Amino acid sequence: MNDNHVLPLFVALPLGAAFLIVLVGRLRESLSDLLGTLIAAILVVCSLQLVGAPEQVYHMGGWEPPLGINLVSDALSTLLLVIVSSVSLLVCIYSITYMKGYTSKPKYYGLLMLMIAGMNGVVLTGDLFNMYVFLEIAAIASYALVAFGTEHEELEASFKYLVLGSVASSFILFGIALMYSATGTLNLADIANTIDKNGLNAVMTMASAMFIAGFGLKAAMVPFHAWLPDAHPSAPAPISAMLSGLLIKALGVYALVRLFYSVIGVGGMYTNILIGLGILSMVVGVILAVGQWDFKRLLAYHSISQMGYVMLGVGLGTPLALAGALFHLLNHSMFKSLLFLCSGAVEHSTGTRRLKELGGLWYRMPVTGTTCSVASLSISGVPPFNGFWSKLLIIAGAVQAADRFGPVAYVLAAITVLVSFLTLVSFVKVQRYVLFGALSEKLKKIREVPAAMCIALVAFAILCLALGVFCPFVLEKLIYPARDVVLDKAGYIGLVLGK
Amino acid sequence: MGPYILCSIILLLGVYAVVAKKNLIKIIIGLLIIEYAVNLMLVLIGYRAGGEAPIRTEAAQDAARILVDPLPQALIVTSIVIGLGLTAMVVALCIRLYEKYGTFDVLLIRRLRG
Repeated sequence: MNDNHVLPLFVALPLGAAFLIVLVGRLRESLSDLLGTLIAAILVVCSLQLVGAPEQVYHMGGWEPPLGINLVSDALSTLLLVIVSSVSLLVCIYSITYMKGYTSKPKYYGLLMLMIAGMNGVVLTGDLFNMYVFLEIAAIASYALVAFGTEHEELEASFKYLVLGSVASSFILFGIALMYSATGTLNLADIANTIDKNGLNAVMTMASAMFIAGFGLKAAMVPFHAWLPDAHPSAPAPISAMLSGLLIKALGVYALVRLFYSVIGVGGMYTNILIGLGILSMVVGVILAVGQWDFKRLLAYHSISQMGYVMLGVGLGTPLALAGALFHLLNHSMFKSLLFLCSGAVEHSTGTRRLKELGGLWYRMPVTGTTCSVASLSISGVPPFNGFWSKLLIIAGAVQAADRFGPVAYVLAAITVLVSFLTLVSFVKVQRYVLFGALSEKLKKIREVPAAMCIALVAFAILCLALGVFCPFVLEKLIYPARDVVLDKAGYIGLVLGK
Repeated sequence: MGPYILCSIILLLGVYAVVAKKNLIKIIIGLLIIEYAVNLMLVLIGYRAGGEAPIRTEAAQDAARILVDPLPQALIVTSIVIGLGLTAMVVALCIRLYEKYGTFDVLLIRRLRG
């Protein structure tokens, strides 16, 4: 029993803290700030310590794999853990002052911790039903957080999100039931093993379809995207950052990648579906985004579009495209969280997020202005910021896939470039209306946001720049190992079942 | 084959209710129907014709008994509890929505668009 006891901490710490925060928050509200930030910081340390460490499997309660539930940390899980914990730490710091505008901060931190516990659980677990349970923990916490403002729009958005989200969860559970009836096991590696031996049958194909629909809805791929542009803007800004930066990735994309690459095994049909979803999301998302006049709604549509990039890279499946997709996952969580936090800062100072009512904020809010520009340049793919490299990798991967798809691959690459251009157009619009232009009379007296919010903004901006400048290092340490895990199905089975 | 078809039909009925009904309460009932369809599916997967409760004994004839699969039953207990949390959440939202809008009609609850 040389199990490393760090892995269960990723779930246990935030889960315990969620209840503790609500209790101590009754004594003093500032204790909940402290505890929340502290837990998030501990998780960052734990997750960074896993980078480059050998892969490990933790058996819950000492039960051996097909019987018990196990937590698996390989390079892919580690990548997601690093993303989740770093974004949530900065979001916690940002919330210290931002959430003063809302009542009952302890409850907010409690729900936030539940969400982190759920996402860490989804990322680590090696058991299909356990994945569903953690997914529901994260999802229910996010429904409550979207409705946190309890005004007209928040409640409406939350209801819409809840209905669609719970239909998606039911589809996933239906898929799990089908998978169990076809294979007789719930352990991911054991399912993969069974599928390797016996091949796919009709029931498993049906289960895969259910998974694509369910996790596709969680990832807000285009035919299933309707909830996202309502839910993400309605939530408080730090929660928008968590939802767009983390939740759609951990619950949607990660689960799809794990299930389709490590468990079910990708065939031609599945990759084509993923590519189709990706292209559709990219194009539709960006076209809808260009016409938006609400700052956060515009960002929400861009989330759909950028997740399309990731899904396209995942579907293409060439080593280069896959590395690009995983790198874009990391980058998107950084710049999109930063953009949402900037929109929160703008709303905090001016009280509005309509682009037409803003303007000239650069002169009054230099920190927000600069960081917002960094994030806009990153998302539009301007070198040397991080978005450029991941988009480049995806485009190169698309061209590389020409031997499999023929001329279609070039069309895919061209669409990717075009969408990138449209993204730039829409962020030029943001820059023009929010940061530059004339300062209106009403906004003459606004001030820069408080220090805690500035720290989070600047930290994200530095991360965006650093991920771009030190791109080879990041690829070497985080992305390539994760990609190798995705492509090595037998390795995953061997790791868990010990064969 | 029977359980699959039966549960799929119930599931689709629930999806129909969610998609087509205009009343918040009826949408919630649709969600519950979907959930029960999935639970029913799980428990039917574990069912063996003529099976007994899966309790191990030391008796010699134990190996010959037909037992129902206990795992799906454990799963639906969990999924029912999750469903309870979800239902409480959605009903609470519904009450708040009624306070704000004074109606359960989804056509009248639409401030978000675009």
